[in-house]
Amino acid sequence: MTDADHRDDDREAGVGPDPVTVSVDGCSLAFGDLSVLEGISLTIEPGEFVGIIGPNGAGKTTLLRAISGALTPDTGSVTIDGIDVHDLSSRASSRLVSVVPQDTTLSFSFPVRDVVEMGRQPHRSRFSSPDPEDRAAVERALERTRTAELADRPIDEVSGGQRQRVVLAQAIAQETPVMVLDEPTASLDVNHQIETLELVRDLVAEGRTVVAAIHDLNLAARYCDRLVLLADGAVARDGPPASVLTGDALAASFDANAVVMPNPVTGTETVTAFRADRHADPHPERVHVVGSGAAAAGVVARLSTAGIDVTLGPVSSGDAAAETARSIGIECLETEPFATLSPAELEGAETLIRDAGVTVLADFVVGPGNRALLEVVDDAESLVLIETRPFEERNFAGSAARNRYESYRERAIEVPRRRVLDAVTAVGKNRSQSQPSPSIESTDE
Amino acid sequence: MYRPVRTAAWSAGLVVLLVVVSLISAALGPVRIDLVTVAMAMLNAIVVPAGVTVGSATVPVLGLSVPVPGLEYAAVFSFDVPATRQIIVANLRLPRIALAATVGLALAAAGTVMQGFFRNPLADPSIIGVSAGAAAGAVAAIAFPALVPFGGLHLSAFAGALATAFLVYAIATDGGRTPVATLLLAGVAVQAFLGAMISYMLVHSGDSLREAVFWMMGRLNNSQWGDVAFAFPITLVGVLVLCAFRRDLNVLLLGEEDAHHLGIEVERTKLLLLALASVITAAGVAVAGIIGFVGLVVPHIMRLVVGPDHRILLPTSALAGASFLVATDTIARAGPAVVPVGIITAALGAPFFLFLLTRREVHSV
Repeated sequence: MTDADHRDDDREAGVGPDPVTVSVDGCSLAFGDLSVLEGISLTIEPGEFVGIIGPNGAGKTTLLRAISGALTPDTGSVTIDGIDVHDLSSRASSRLVSVVPQDTTLSFSFPVRDVVEMGRQPHRSRFSSPDPEDRAAVERALERTRTAELADRPIDEVSGGQRQRVVLAQAIAQETPVMVLDEPTASLDVNHQIETLELVRDLVAEGRTVVAAIHDLNLAARYCDRLVLLADGAVARDGPPASVLTGDALAASFDANAVVMPNPVTGTETVTAFRADRHADPHPERVHVVGSGAAAAGVVARLSTAGIDVTLGPVSSGDAAAETARSIGIECLETEPFATLSPAELEGAETLIRDAGVTVLADFVVGPGNRALLEVVDDAESLVLIETRPFEERNFAGSAARNRYESYRERAIEVPRRRVLDAVTAVGKNRSQSQPSPSIESTDE
Repeated sequence: MYRPVRTAAWSAGLVVLLVVVSLISAALGPVRIDLVTVAMAMLNAIVVPAGVTVGSATVPVLGLSVPVPGLEYAAVFSFDVPATRQIIVANLRLPRIALAATVGLALAAAGTVMQGFFRNPLADPSIIGVSAGAAAGAVAAIAFPALVPFGGLHLSAFAGALATAFLVYAIATDGGRTPVATLLLAGVAVQAFLGAMISYMLVHSGDSLREAVFWMMGRLNNSQWGDVAFAFPITLVGVLVLCAFRRDLNVLLLGEEDAHHLGIEVERTKLLLLALASVITAAGVAVAGIIGFVGLVVPHIMRLVVGPDHRILLPTSALAGASFLVATDTIARAGPAVVPVGIITAALGAPFFLFLLTRREVHSV
């Protein structure tokens, strides 16, 4: 604990409690016959913000409870700077670790400030009234969590999100070197999620060691220094967000198909998950996608994550669809932006279309530069049309192009973007059974 | 934030209220006495140790009679009060008032602790079976005096109450942990069993049935200074120690795991709170029988007045409980019909509680 006189300066200088290292060493824990944690080992360095991710039931909360000392592991240990947390008295451990639980039962009408003041309990003797240091810590915590304006409201009359911030304020007032947060942003709206996690980042910058279960993978990737992916009670992956959040790892742990791409705004990993599909049997045919922008990117991602061999192009470098194709590693014919397609590029496109059993036109934008591509599309065996905006808005190549494009409608099936997988699968099946054109209802949207 | 000054002011106010209520109570009864006389008689009753006497009492040690030192008391005041009035106030009414205040203090404090401890607005001091145990002990002592070897009614009731509390705690404890829900259910089951035992004893109690039934209704008639000497020290110490754990009680409201993370030794604190609340309840019930609703209603009323913070709630509830029981016992004793005070507390307390309930003023602790 720092000297009270220095504390304000320390805070400005970004120095908090003495930094400590948390070590989880071979922790196993079972509830009766149900094994929840199996031999987990982790070392969390001072000033590190570690996010625990994983599907429901993976053991995230149990791991946090073992770290905080609430649960004693059957084997293995949790140590903070070499001291086993389970050997400590409640008072001693509460000066080391503060906890923000997933749900708090605060159904009585204490004023918010008094709830935050309970965070000072570990630092106070039984008979003392709050001293100036306690009061200052409470006020700081209220301000940092932006709950100061709620301070005099009864806790049972504030919203769920506000309450969550009050509990965080209580943990901050506790001024511990280690903080364990279980879904600290679960019931917060989007601005408070960001505010809260940035506050946690500040706390980490002051030297605290923070472990948090975060189920929003995008937020976890954006704010955590390191992610630990838990699956079935074991560490599936452990490392920087970019190395943990990969399509393969997520597919294995979450039983969902996911595309991981750098977020164009934050630059951190962004996960888009899809249902693990009933079309899990590998689609025998290659699917080629012609188009650009968000629509083509979405189609490529959706098909690729369903295990279908997808190709894309031609598409301008830097287009969203090209970026997506690169992120998920599919073959893509990239061209110079704004340039007319070269004969070689046209030939490449022709080959890709011929090799594919199904060609998908996804918001295909036709201009003078790629007008020739329309003729190549003629060679496609089966066509699926995805349109999020009318062709008139995408046509910069005159009425001839429009007539050609419209002629595709007669043999293509048109579906909304989110039904693309059904359409492609149906086309493939129908063709393999050499039946006439399939009927896919394209009712909604 | 919590202000100790507020607690002190409320407590002081409630002490004044208790004195006023006691004064009025001592004036009322078959013989009406004016307040000034009552005040003087009460002051006359105050004694302080004035010296040590040796020789008035002896104990046999190895065949010899060894004198034990005793305290000599002296009156502080000597107001001129007619002898009969002095006796009525000091020997008849005051012990009863002091006992009512003691029992009210104990029950309201224990009720506050139990409601916080169980996080249940319906909890009362007897929730883990203390009253049923006391009743079993008392009825056994009344109906079968020969079977209860020592100490008579008070001790038998006190022992029954504590034995029951301990039994319930032991049943609900598994592997060093005592889940509150298990404690509650074990309490209900043990009470049901004791209820059967009590009924059985009543069926076979013969001539003592009336006395046993009156005991169970809760009554303060025939109170002696000796009863006060038994119950008051236990209650005072118990309430003072509970007051030292007021903040722990607040933090426990967050739930046991959260309380642990805030530095509370949960199981130890729970045991201590439960033991102290049970002991003061047992002391109260042993001398006064089962007086219902004081421990349930008074904490709720005070929660509405001063808020849920146990730092102010516990002392103010305890003091308010003392005044409440002195007042209701005055009605029981000097009202239109002389009845056991338990009837008055329930008859007044239950409708009032229902009124609060329908106003949605009582919903959680």
